[in-house]
Amino acid sequence: MVQPSSSQPRQSTSNPTTLAGLIAALVVTLFVYFQVFLFLREGTANPWIIFIVSLLWGIGGIWLLFTLVTSIVDLLPSKYRQGIMPWVFAAPAILLVFYYLLIPTFRTFWLSLLDAKSDKFVGLDNYIFAFTSPAMLESFKNNLIWIIFGGGLSVALGLLIAALSDRTRPSFEVSVKTLVFLPMAISMVGAAVIWKLVYQYSPAGASQIGLLNSIGTTLGASPIPFMITRSINTYLLVIILIWMQTGFALVVFAAAIKGLPSELLEAARIDGATELQSFFKITIPYIQVTIISVSTTIVISTLKVFDIVFGMTGGNYGTQVIANEQYTQMFRSFDYGRGAAVAMVLLIAVLPVVYFNVRDFGKEAKGF
Amino acid sequence: MSVAKRPTPVKRKSLNVSELSPTSKFFVYGILVLIALFWTVPTLGLLITSIRIPDDASNSGWWTVFTGNAHLTLQNYVDVLGTGGGEASNTAATINLNQAIVNTIIMAVPSTVIPIFLAAIAAYAFAWMVFPGRKILFMILVALLVVPLQMSLIPILRDYRVLGLNGTFLGVWLANTGFGLPLATYLLYNYIVTLPREVFESAVIDGASHPVMFTKLVVPLSVPAFASFAIFQFLWVWNGVLIPLVFLGDKQNVTVLPQRILQMIGTYGANWTILTAGAFVSMAIPLAIFIGFQRYFVRGMLAGSVKG
Repeated sequence: MVQPSSSQPRQSTSNPTTLAGLIAALVVTLFVYFQVFLFLREGTANPWIIFIVSLLWGIGGIWLLFTLVTSIVDLLPSKYRQGIMPWVFAAPAILLVFYYLLIPTFRTFWLSLLDAKSDKFVGLDNYIFAFTSPAMLESFKNNLIWIIFGGGLSVALGLLIAALSDRTRPSFEVSVKTLVFLPMAISMVGAAVIWKLVYQYSPAGASQIGLLNSIGTTLGASPIPFMITRSINTYLLVIILIWMQTGFALVVFAAAIKGLPSELLEAARIDGATELQSFFKITIPYIQVTIISVSTTIVISTLKVFDIVFGMTGGNYGTQVIANEQYTQMFRSFDYGRGAAVAMVLLIAVLPVVYFNVRDFGKEAKGF
Repeated sequence: MSVAKRPTPVKRKSLNVSELSPTSKFFVYGILVLIALFWTVPTLGLLITSIRIPDDASNSGWWTVFTGNAHLTLQNYVDVLGTGGGEASNTAATINLNQAIVNTIIMAVPSTVIPIFLAAIAAYAFAWMVFPGRKILFMILVALLVVPLQMSLIPILRDYRVLGLNGTFLGVWLANTGFGLPLATYLLYNYIVTLPREVFESAVIDGASHPVMFTKLVVPLSVPAFASFAIFQFLWVWNGVLIPLVFLGDKQNVTVLPQRILQMIGTYGANWTILTAGAFVSMAIPLAIFIGFQRYFVRGMLAGSVKG
């Protein structure tokens, strides 16, 4: 840790006029800052003016505040300066994160114990809903499909493509990786439109403009209304997620496999191991940590899946998921109690990951 | 999140292809070509549909353009983008995504830049300054990396209604900043903490204070890390549906692109050419940024994580 103040050859007798000037400047800045806040909150001006003001306010304004406050703290006597300066740096982020994430967690818990309008204490009623209502039971079943089928296949495919493309010409390897990676850049709503064209259904006899039904009817099958067919629609939605997320797994695995020492593989080959044997006995154990962390990331995103279901089926026809049910409770039924309880279910589901992350961090951070 | 123990970039040449027997080589390339097709054909369908004439698109599959059914046009993009400026047109056929594009830029840019600055100063404090509670505060931050933002929607929305921030860009910038900060601080901390100690020590000897070291040393050295996070956050903000849906609402003057596309799925669901052209418009900017800065994106991904 660096301690600048201890060895600093600077005057401890700060200039009172400078200090007063800076404080005056700070007060003016804060006032202007608040006025701009009110202006932006109004939000009625021309959008481009709002845009430019927001950038000046958000970047220039914060920078100016930061500079003024640090200059003022710099003029304070060393013992105060040392205590206050770190907070000038750390407090804005900490306060925002507390307000937007940490405190809402407790507030949501409290709301989950109240009724729809948050007037009356109802105990665990909302949790009884969250764990026994038909919509939530359907969501649990579907989220499990998303996690196992979606998460599992994303990881497996990412691993397969990484391992196979590692054995091909570099130009070919880069092309395949880029193509698989590209869907990460697009929105799930965009992906929903793309896949609507694949799953589109027209009645038998009409021309099939959906790719899948066209292939099916060409092969002699009758067309299937995929999105409303309960036994398969969730799986077909999961395929969209696999299509979007495999690129993430692939790129991380490819980097890990490139880090595998070639001596290990050569030694295995000399001992007569087949390709498959060395893949399962050497490559996989070597990148195990990476596999676990990638899986965790993907499981969390499948747990929270919302946009795809919202855009493709709206959660109808037996495709409901937890995050969409939360949205429904919150914005269709306006039942804040149930909405909060459903959100708590999501939190409970990620708690083990929170625990492992923090524990790992404690282990890693030796130099801290 | 604890993704990947910073994969060591040991330069190992890919195993020589010639080691594979011709049969396995055939299978390896064959499987990868099939995979590449699975990943490109759906998108190709969208692109081709977006340049067909409406009658063709609703009566025949997009692949028929390869078998002689090729009446192509850019009219769909003209329809979708309209001709005028911000005002929504009255003609039902003109969708005018211009306003939505402007709105999305207004939403996304400050939502990306503000968290970078706040996270950078916080990451510097966590990495190089001494203050009580530093370790526990950072752990809380790490814990919050995976907390679903669904947890925050109801309380924050209620506050916004009281504060009058509901339906304003300001509210969305602040929300995106708050939700983005744990990842931003974590990523930037991981980077800033690895800056060589000697750099700071010699600066201290020269009498530099923390603010000076931050602006003169840390900021210039951390540009790659800023770029990594900026791309993450920009894509996340640009593509996200939930936050605009909750905090912006669906008034025309603030609707952003993904929301407009969602509305179009509802109202123009059968109008394939309009829907696909609109969807492609919404993807163009993130795709361009992604392709242009892929290097930084991958670096950020390997160093840190992905949030949700």
